[in-house]
Amino acid sequence: MKADDIQALLNEPACTHNAKSKSGCARPRPGATQGGCCFDGARNALLPIADAAHIVHGPIGCAGSSWDNRGTRSSGTDLYRIGMTTDLSEMDVIMGHGERRLFRAIRQAIETYSPAAVFVYATCVPALHGDDYAAVSKEASERFGIPVIPVDAAGFYGNKNLGNRIAGDVVYKHVIGTREPDPVPEAARRPGITPHDINLIGEWNVGGEFWSIAPLLDELSLRVLCCFTGDSRFREVQTMHRAEANMVVCSKAMLHVARRLNEDWSVPYFEGSFYGIRDTSDALRGFAALLNDPDLAARTEAVIAREEARVKLALAPLRARLAGKRALVFTGGYKSWSIVSAMQDLGMVVVATGTEKSTEEDKARIRALMGDDAEMIADNDQHALIDSFHRCRADILVAGDRYIYPTLKSRLPFLDIDHVRRIGYAGYDGMIELARNLDRSLASPVWAQVRAPAPWATDAA
Amino acid sequence: MTEIILSNKALAVNPLKISQPVGASLAFLGLARTMPLEHGARGCASFNKLFFMRHFAEPIALQTTAMDQVTTVIGADDTVVEALATICELNAPEVIGLITTGLSETQGADIPRTIRAFRAAYPSCESVAVVPVNATDAQGCLESGFALAVEAIIASLVPPTPTKVKRPNQVNVLAGSMLTPGDIEAIRDWIEAFGLTAVILPDIADSLDGHMIDAGFSALTYGGTTIEAIQAMGESIATLVIGRSLERAALLLRARTGVPDHHFPGLIGLAACDAFTLALSKISGRPVPPRIERRRSQLQDAMVDCHFPLAGSRIALAADPDLLGGLVHLSAEMGMEVITAIASAKGRGLNTLPIGCVRIGDLEDLERAARDFNADLIITNSHGAPIAARLGIPLLRAGFPLYDVHGGHAQTWVGYGGARQTLFHLANLLAAHHREIAPHRSVFWQGTAREQETGVRPC
Repeated sequence: MKADDIQALLNEPACTHNAKSKSGCARPRPGATQGGCCFDGARNALLPIADAAHIVHGPIGCAGSSWDNRGTRSSGTDLYRIGMTTDLSEMDVIMGHGERRLFRAIRQAIETYSPAAVFVYATCVPALHGDDYAAVSKEASERFGIPVIPVDAAGFYGNKNLGNRIAGDVVYKHVIGTREPDPVPEAARRPGITPHDINLIGEWNVGGEFWSIAPLLDELSLRVLCCFTGDSRFREVQTMHRAEANMVVCSKAMLHVARRLNEDWSVPYFEGSFYGIRDTSDALRGFAALLNDPDLAARTEAVIAREEARVKLALAPLRARLAGKRALVFTGGYKSWSIVSAMQDLGMVVVATGTEKSTEEDKARIRALMGDDAEMIADNDQHALIDSFHRCRADILVAGDRYIYPTLKSRLPFLDIDHVRRIGYAGYDGMIELARNLDRSLASPVWAQVRAPAPWATDAA
Repeated sequence: MTEIILSNKALAVNPLKISQPVGASLAFLGLARTMPLEHGARGCASFNKLFFMRHFAEPIALQTTAMDQVTTVIGADDTVVEALATICELNAPEVIGLITTGLSETQGADIPRTIRAFRAAYPSCESVAVVPVNATDAQGCLESGFALAVEAIIASLVPPTPTKVKRPNQVNVLAGSMLTPGDIEAIRDWIEAFGLTAVILPDIADSLDGHMIDAGFSALTYGGTTIEAIQAMGESIATLVIGRSLERAALLLRARTGVPDHHFPGLIGLAACDAFTLALSKISGRPVPPRIERRRSQLQDAMVDCHFPLAGSRIALAADPDLLGGLVHLSAEMGMEVITAIASAKGRGLNTLPIGCVRIGDLEDLERAARDFNADLIITNSHGAPIAARLGIPLLRAGFPLYDVHGGHAQTWVGYGGARQTLFHLANLLAAHHREIAPHRSVFWQGTAREQETGVRPC
């Protein structure tokens, strides 16, 4: 990928903070860097297209330790969980056999697993020695009659966020707009109600958490053309251009997909989150607002009232136990504010939040939620994080899985909100699950037992 | 105070309780060169022998007085004498454990008198110790039968001696029936880590751990506590009593020997292990060795790591009282919710467990409670497998019998390492049965390709 192309991807005019230097440009600090690479981000973004074959073109380092490591769930096919890599050998590299090997790999994947499409992720080594994976993909696609889409996302291009953007860009250029949606089935129509087509952009269905939202969308007659990407199918991604409204759920990195759909296909979009009661309700209202359908708006309010009442009832005993507990939220990007809002919904105090991967806009939202003196922790150093925990007198750390063991080793309660978790926290039911897990961790009797000295140590003293 | 709820059912369904003669026989199986002899109909011993064979995957020394119609009615004393003589002649044991059953107890057998008759008739068998135990199966359970046998062994084999510590590095261990051979090995290592040696009574780790001997097959036990060791228990510096069920036996041992005793309800979980470690440190006068400190910190680490799946998980327990108590304490340490605790019979200490109530009942009671209160996991013996299958939840096998797994008897529950492995087992079982959010299938998929979608076809 050319440097100019990368620059273009980093330039996102829909971001309010676009005037500032680009996060992707910040040079990682050798020896003190955490977080994944561009390939990691690109594959994560597309992997939930569950009926596609995802081939990692590179030596074993890229796929070997990372295949089938995501929490995203599928309601049907699980082809996406089959790990595939060209496993390039030294001989392939030296002799330049990479392209031939890739072609044969694509054929093998198609013959064995009949995927709806093939995504080829180029990694550092083939990018370095110059495999023309685009040409190979094109040839394979023509030969086998199945879309083969090259994703040029060598790890050295940049961070995970850039990988997300590359993935969105590739799909926008090669997949979206290549098929028309199925007609709305008659059986799904309800008298007097106009169904609307929508997309969710950046919803990963971690632990199946989108399934806490999807029934409500069905109930509101909002047909999800594509959840990009969580429990997605290739043929659904193809139809995204026909939505009447888009919601950007998770990621700033995917914002450009929504922006391009708006520019090219006049699909309006809004940004929101399904974490927390307020945010979930606001997200449902967001669709009603964009779709400009008063009947939908009324039905949406009815659903919100019902769901909020139900959840508040279920949360009452847990709220009593959680109220006033102090959480340090340390996550990247959009979660830095959406989780804050969810914690506040539970009556908890968020003492500080991490802004490792957050944009200026994310930070503005944090300030709106937590006040101007909100403590933001940019440092992703794990020692510094534990120090902050003590300084803020926090009761629990809420963060991604990379922080779990440093925290537990420090004998501190922890809640995992990473994308590899198996528990869904989105939507109204997710809120109950979140509260339950926070309570379990905070109230666990193990903390006292691991902090107390051994009885013989006290004896000696 | 824990409420003890007694069963008012006429029919025991899927019994949890194992008879006292089984427990008494098990205690004798932990003595060296021993033959347990059940005084009853041949079926008693036959069932029990098969029961042990399947549990331990070992040949089992167990004989019967084979009471028949005639001896049952007119008196079976002669059969007992004949059985004792025959065993002496054929197997040349050092100890015979003479265990009564429901049949002989009901008949009113006078075992001490019969032994006197045997001694009079067979002076050549003088060197063989005969230890009588009254163990009707109309009372108690495996655990209490085991405890009765331990008490009888002390009564018969430990000589009354004035208090005199001749072996300052030797401790006695009275080991309850909840301890597996794996547990007892761990306990021996634990004690030896403090420079102490242990006389463990009974020592089923030495006999039923599953090991090969040069002689190949033996009709007697394959190892176990020797008579010499038992006779030297009065020379020890301390006695460690593991299991509330052995309190009467401990009382007798102290009365006989004057050796001070230390009581441990169980050794499952951090607090229980700490109490034992602290006692060993005090008895030996040595600091806690680094390797035990290390095991302790490994357990703490596992507690932290496993608290996610375990905290708040709903556990249904059924076991003999001592094991039940250990599992209840472990559950409490991890924040697991014991939704039902079923004990096979009444036992000491049940009324002080940190739960609301304990039911004396059967596995039907367990199944009903597990179903009604949405248990996430069952802990009981192998008979729990069909129950767990019916309820669609996992089973952690514990207690007697374990007949559908290999090495169940070798599992270590006690000690820091045993608790750690147990936590891993529990966490893995719960993780494998983790109930994720059910997939939602949209109404808009009707008639589309997604409606017909299937999983990946096998390669």
